[in-house]
Amino acid sequence: MSCTASDVVEALRSGAATVAEHRDELVRLDREIGDADHGENMDRGFRAVLTAVEQMDVDSESPGAVLKKAATTLISTVGGASGPLYGTAFLRAATAVTDLDELDGSAVAGALQAGLEGVTARGKAVTGDKTMVDALSPAVEAAKAAAASGEGPSGVLAAASDAAHQGVAATEPLVARKGRASYLGERSAGHTDPGARSTALLLSAFARRQA
Amino acid sequence: MKKIINEPATVVADAVRGMALAHPDLLRVRHDPSVIIRADAPVRGSVAVVSGGGSGHEPLHGGFVGPGMLSAAVPGEVFTSPTPDAVQAAVSETDGGTGTLLVVKNYTGDVLNFETAAELAAADGLDVRTVVVDDDVAVKDSTHTAGRRGVGGTVMVEKIAGAAAARGDDLDRCEELARRVVSRVRSMGMALSAPTVPHAGEPSFTLSEHEMEIGIGIHGEPGRHRVPLENADGIVRRLLDPILEDLPFGDGDEVLLFTNSMGGTPPLELYLAHGIAESVLAERGVQVRRRLVGPFTTSLEMQGMSLTLLKLDDELLELWDAPVHTVALRW
Repeated sequence: MSCTASDVVEALRSGAATVAEHRDELVRLDREIGDADHGENMDRGFRAVLTAVEQMDVDSESPGAVLKKAATTLISTVGGASGPLYGTAFLRAATAVTDLDELDGSAVAGALQAGLEGVTARGKAVTGDKTMVDALSPAVEAAKAAAASGEGPSGVLAAASDAAHQGVAATEPLVARKGRASYLGERSAGHTDPGARSTALLLSAFARRQA
Repeated sequence: MKKIINEPATVVADAVRGMALAHPDLLRVRHDPSVIIRADAPVRGSVAVVSGGGSGHEPLHGGFVGPGMLSAAVPGEVFTSPTPDAVQAAVSETDGGTGTLLVVKNYTGDVLNFETAAELAAADGLDVRTVVVDDDVAVKDSTHTAGRRGVGGTVMVEKIAGAAAARGDDLDRCEELARRVVSRVRSMGMALSAPTVPHAGEPSFTLSEHEMEIGIGIHGEPGRHRVPLENADGIVRRLLDPILEDLPFGDGDEVLLFTNSMGGTPPLELYLAHGIAESVLAERGVQVRRRLVGPFTTSLEMQGMSLTLLKLDDELLELWDAPVHTVALRW
């Protein structure tokens, strides 16, 4: 089974619902080591994404076009560090699949990989810095492995989601080296990174929709 | 949480609307995205100086919009940097044909969004330079952090760059002067209580009656250390010592001393602390040539203070003294 523009809209709808449901949790995680705005910003951004993609004529659009609309909407509504980082991730993912009308498993894995490369280029974080990269990086590895073993979009996203959640758990003992949490130094250890958490939540929402 | 608001989601837009009504002689406002613009912008032939960042630090930045200081300020949501399209709107509304200087506080979100805005403006053929302010000595400037934060020193950078633009300096000179201020300004802050972000609904951290946070930023993020509460002498020395050591400031230096309330500390305590700071500097042979005392770089209703020292030279002094006509600074 492959993934159409309409499926991407469905996945974004699922993602927006998950972000709204976990808004307060993300605010709480960010209050502990940041400035308490992550849940609010992501919720504002994904509400705007839904409004924007609902207005598209998805039957005549490509998956890449929907992802690009999501990207520009996130950049212009989220603010903070998450806006440019998530916006860039979606933009690079869109560019990676720009010529495709439908995405198979390896196209989904390729889009995730392009998204990760965008995030690391903008934010300059590496694995272990206690950021969203700690969720996204293992997710990409798992996605590529799943695609290589012949999984379709839903199997690839499910593998990515599982790996991302393990990545989130691994951020807890880390000392932050990027973003606002880095100002806390050693005091940032013992807390889950909110950006990694939102990344894993989105991937599991996308996977649920594709399953 | 008790606040004078309607909806947490519209706090900034509602406040910007009120600010425009309060100061029609000085400002005009563009909505969606919100931008606070000096009433007579664009000023032809004059470099535009634009700043911005999360709201909640008032009067930074909107209170500094006007002749002699900022051309426009871009308020993001509370403690959240503005988006690139908002910054880009500020640039295009104020461009006087001679380029724009963006003054950005060193926070990851601010840097990323302003960087993106500068790229977009450059693609439109505008000359946009960015100066990042990183005056907070509480943060180790190493590869293991996002670098020093931009805090109170931002006011000095905006005033001096704005004065340079007003006297007709070109973009190169304005940028050079802003960088000179960044290289000579240092700050350190502390908190007795935490702010409450409207959409979060509860304080960003909790302190007991007998504790204080040393080395806080301006976003309700906790500081580097939590220590037992001390008296004003102890607090001022805890802030001044790392500042003096850092640049370093020493015997014979002439400085601007900025004693800043984080929002919830009243003038009574602030002037008391300022007096102590002047005494400590006199002991060290540092000569205070100019002062700024008040709530200028705040963190909502947080109780606490910060101290900022700028090492002056003749040109910086002249630009600091140059006329300014804004909501929060006027001489």
